[in-house]
Amino acid sequence: MTSMNVITIRYFASLRERLGRSEDQVEATGLSCVADVWGRVSAESLPANTLVAINQEYASLESTVRAGDEVAFFPPVTGG
Amino acid sequence: MTILIQKEGFDPWRELAAYQETHTSDWAGRYGATAVFIGSLRDFNQGQAVTGMTLEHYPGMTEGYLEKISSEACARWELLDTLVIHRYGPLSLDDPIVLVAVWSAHRDAAFAACRYLIDELKTRAPFWKQETTPGGVRWVEENKP
Repeated sequence: MTSMNVITIRYFASLRERLGRSEDQVEATGLSCVADVWGRVSAESLPANTLVAINQEYASLESTVRAGDEVAFFPPVTGG
Repeated sequence: MTILIQKEGFDPWRELAAYQETHTSDWAGRYGATAVFIGSLRDFNQGQAVTGMTLEHYPGMTEGYLEKISSEACARWELLDTLVIHRYGPLSLDDPIVLVAVWSAHRDAAFAACRYLIDELKTRAPFWKQETTPGGVRWVEENKP
């Protein structure tokens, strides 16, 4: 997919392993919020403690997504 | 304000000495307090032996949030400078994982800002620890205070 009408989705850590991939690209048409994006890439419900980001800023499942966005899903962070 | 996210191991004491040597001219005669936190890899967690660790991060977002957190500290307290170094990739026992250092005129600001930086880093910077134990690898699900 090389069109601009694409949303890139990234997964990290245990969620990445669970899905068996680190990235997806989907057509943005019909996707209005982060929850819609998850529904497009997985039939499973999102694990309760999952954090989300849009363009590398924390966001919520209700946050609006647009074509060209990078959306990320990941478990609670454990650095430091 | 300096942030380094690196795969290579580092000696926090040498890093501090080198940083002070190259930056002291910026704050010569003005810093009366340096507060430092160093986090290292322990050999146990949640009752199990830990023999190693791999740290995953979100390149770009990690740097972005560490910059955000450092800027917030600089806005909230009167600081002369801040330094954050954090590893990613494979780590061995006793390896330093993170260094946070704060320079200011007085100790109150230095202690408070150092504490703020490490606490915010632990809750907002996108890093994930995967521990190696005798029973295999496991993801750390949450950070202890």
